[in-house]
Amino acid sequence: MKRPFSLFLAVLWLLSLSAAHAQTRYLTKTGHVSFFSATPIEDIDARNQQVAAVLDLGTGQLAFSLPVKGFVFKRTLMQEHFNESYLESDKYPKATFTGRFAGLDAATLALPGPHAVQVAGDLTLHGVTRRILVPASLELQGGQLVAAATFIVASADYGIEIPLLVRDNIAKTVTVRVDLTCAPVPSVADAARSPR
Amino acid sequence: MLRNFYTPHLGAGLLLSGLLALATPAHAQTDLLADLEKQTVDSTRREVVAATFKGTHIINAQSVETPGQGTLAFLIQHRFGTLNSGAYEFFGLDQAVLRLSFEYGLTNRLAVGVGRTNIDKTFDGFVKYKALQQTTGARPMPVSVTLFASAAITTLRFTDPAVERNTASRVDYAYQALIARKFSPGLSVQLMPTLIHRNFVANAAMQNDVYAIGAGLRQKLTKRVALTADYFYLLPGNTARNYRNALGLGFDIETGGHVFQLHFTNAKGMTEKFFVPQTDGNIFNGDIYFGFTVARNFTIKSQLK
Repeated sequence: MKRPFSLFLAVLWLLSLSAAHAQTRYLTKTGHVSFFSATPIEDIDARNQQVAAVLDLGTGQLAFSLPVKGFVFKRTLMQEHFNESYLESDKYPKATFTGRFAGLDAATLALPGPHAVQVAGDLTLHGVTRRILVPASLELQGGQLVAAATFIVASADYGIEIPLLVRDNIAKTVTVRVDLTCAPVPSVADAARSPR
Repeated sequence: MLRNFYTPHLGAGLLLSGLLALATPAHAQTDLLADLEKQTVDSTRREVVAATFKGTHIINAQSVETPGQGTLAFLIQHRFGTLNSGAYEFFGLDQAVLRLSFEYGLTNRLAVGVGRTNIDKTFDGFVKYKALQQTTGARPMPVSVTLFASAAITTLRFTDPAVERNTASRVDYAYQALIARKFSPGLSVQLMPTLIHRNFVANAAMQNDVYAIGAGLRQKLTKRVALTADYFYLLPGNTARNYRNALGLGFDIETGGHVFQLHFTNAKGMTEKFFVPQTDGNIFNGDIYFGFTVARNFTIKSQLK
């Protein structure tokens, strides 16, 4: 008698697990991250449209990853310097973030309009990982999850040196903007089964 | 995993499932990023190797690099007199030859340029095309190949009325295949099979067609300073007997918007038609020209739409 009961419990547990995950993960591989900095001498503006991100509404977790070489600058030389001298993208090809968001429940999210959340997690850039706290917004738009955040990153925090000679041309901090439109992932099992 | 739940003891089964349920969020935290990375791995992806050389020139030679699309580069190339010219000539600093040029990237692969040097009042125009680009990833391309063609015309007035010369006799051509490989972030090497065709030469013994093999390298010393060298070996012939192989040694120094190239070379001319077949400086006699190249890039068309 005991055995079938525990089996029943296990099945129940598995069902509840999949129920928690199903329809709650949202994914994109073409998210946008841009950054901007301004000095009296020169504005720096770069955009990356190869951002992969996954958000799990069930657990409040999110992760994203972007190829550093994917940033496109106004000036070709700037882009070369960014990869060669500042971010050293051969050595550190990816920037990643992993964390969770708080301040939102499913019922609130169902309401139209952007909803403010607090995102806390680890940003890894140029081989340095730092814990950051970022205000962001989430919104469901026609079944897609739209996420946006704007925050400031200080290059010195991530071991990015700016030589003395160009210190006036390059700002110490840059404003980073994240814009993601994520499509729902059918279910964990389906995603695991599909090859890519 | 399901076999775990066939435990005969209900308590243990409950405990186990409870533990697993508790463990799941912490486990998934790191897995979410790993899952994401797994899903974004593209095994067919190839990435172009960028910045094989800092500038569009190594020293005398052109490099495989071109200004990117919409970028206009203005280059000032300068050679002082020879170091062995003595204190009276301030060791060469009293003399100067100069080449000014513009290079423009029509696309990320195709560039055109014009230049003017004060040796023989020579104008030159050239086309550079990145035929192959070194890549990493699936089926990588081991080298970059840039094709280079240039025409140069001297506009110095004819002084000898006895010799009849037409405009065509003022024109020389240079053809090169620039083959380079970036072996590591610091080390890049280039090979340059070269043909110089001269429409007019002073006497029958001189060659109209001069063949040479060039080689160049760049070794980074720090993030912003690199050691550079280039060399042209003249294939055996009349030119090789009467002239010397051009050698250059120098440093690339990168600042914000500029690349400064400081160098020592036995060649005075800065276009292919001069430094490949007409170098006469003997390094061992001290016929060494100190020189520099300054490149300034202007963005004509932004890469951002």
